[in-house]
Amino acid sequence: MSFLPHLLLAVLEGTVAAAVLALSALGLSLVFGVMRVVNVAHGEFFMLGAMLAWWTAKMMPGGPFAGFIAAFIVAPAAVGALAFLTERLLLRRINYDPEATIVATIGLLFVIQQMALTFFGADAKPVAAPFSYRIVFPWFGYSGYKLFVVVASGAVLLGVWWVLSRTRFGLIMRVTQFDRETATAFGIPVNTVYSVVFVAGAALVAVAAVLIVPIQQAHYLMGLDPLLMSFIVVIIGGLGSIKGSVIAAFMIGMTDGVISVFFSPTLASIISTLAVAFVLVVRPQGLFGAETR
Amino acid sequence: MLDVQSIDCFYGAAQVLRSLSLRLEAGEILCLLGRNGAGKTTALKAIMGLVRVRSGHIVLDGVDLTKLAAHDVPRHGIGYVPQGRRLFSELTVLENLKIGLMTRNAGPEVLDHVLTVFPILKDRLKQQSGTLSGGEQQMLAMARALCVNPKLLLLDEPTEGLSPAMIARIRQSVLDLKDHGVTVILVEQRVDAVLPVATRVAFVENGRVTATMSVEELGRNRHAIDKYVGIGG
Repeated sequence: MSFLPHLLLAVLEGTVAAAVLALSALGLSLVFGVMRVVNVAHGEFFMLGAMLAWWTAKMMPGGPFAGFIAAFIVAPAAVGALAFLTERLLLRRINYDPEATIVATIGLLFVIQQMALTFFGADAKPVAAPFSYRIVFPWFGYSGYKLFVVVASGAVLLGVWWVLSRTRFGLIMRVTQFDRETATAFGIPVNTVYSVVFVAGAALVAVAAVLIVPIQQAHYLMGLDPLLMSFIVVIIGGLGSIKGSVIAAFMIGMTDGVISVFFSPTLASIISTLAVAFVLVVRPQGLFGAETR
Repeated sequence: MLDVQSIDCFYGAAQVLRSLSLRLEAGEILCLLGRNGAGKTTALKAIMGLVRVRSGHIVLDGVDLTKLAAHDVPRHGIGYVPQGRRLFSELTVLENLKIGLMTRNAGPEVLDHVLTVFPILKDRLKQQSGTLSGGEQQMLAMARALCVNPKLLLLDEPTEGLSPAMIARIRQSVLDLKDHGVTVILVEQRVDAVLPVATRVAFVENGRVTATMSVEELGRNRHAIDKYVGIGG
């Protein structure tokens, strides 16, 4: 294959990776931005979403499409419910203290991981794509499902943007993010906002998992990679900046796709890590980081 | 209207308010005067529920505010202009005002009224609030609190850092509020900013109210200013 088709393939792969990464990182960014909680268990919510997608698809009669639709409902709802319990029973009890929440979510990470191992086993779980359609380019064929992943991620990202920028709840979230005390002084129930945000962040990463699992397979140790990549994206984009997270996800995802195709995935990871170090030195608040109180 | 009954508040182990008591009648403008760290701002925060009251009660028109969650306090009709304004500076002027309106689900007629009190904001509704001048930001902070449609307004050093001309405008705005029947607690360090607007003055020292007097009494008793505030007379 000559250079240009090779580049096209790399860009397509990078776009798919970026779209899913943007969803995952957006969840982490929302939670950190509004609650100031570094959720180390974010990757395990991703893993759990993927496992539940596999389980739901397996249990659901009617073929891969019906299984996918069911998974799209069940996995984010179940992961969101776990996040709700986590927020109420764990984070709220330690008053969202930044250091204590890191330790608590590290513990949660291991609990979720070991529960997944216990209930689902250690094998990788393949999930069939909901449809098999191949887009035929003159030089190679490409999975139509992967392009669907890009479109679906884009639709979810647009939905989140609409909620944040055009709705009353979005305004409340932004106000809470900016100044918790003043928000309270204007009647905003900050703890309720925190609950909704934590659940939404977990549901978003579960949606990303449902979308990616037909491409990648589910495994109980799969949470680490999306966690690290999400942290990279959130740090580069700016802690708490939704726009920054989406732009950084596309920068990192595209770099990862192109470098991995032309060189090696290891080199792609090295470049991402160097980018984080560079941003932390030059602009510690990230490219689009907002001032907060 | 407001009865602050012997409240104690702490920051960690440090006691900031010690049996602080206040009474306020409807339509009054009460000014809290005192040195830095005396507990004036904490007293306002305690009324708003932003600082936990460990003992004592704060009763507004028969409702004990200390029994409420902090976010329920403003819904009983208390507007708050914090020290340093604390606008949501990335939001527009209109979005800041909407936050005030949402507190008690006030309708557009409240916004219209507020914009007649602060007409300068009418032309700036879509401007990012952080780009306003200091005086305009203070007006926005007051306008946002008025959008709550409050019966009691808490103002924490509203003239801090403003030019004399802007201080005069803020002072006039407070007098207009009085005409509209809003009760005000005003925290100030500048006595000259207080005398023209307040009906009564309470001196705060070491977390307690050590003396209260009418503005007329204060005018006849200037050594009280030296005693409790030290400067600014």
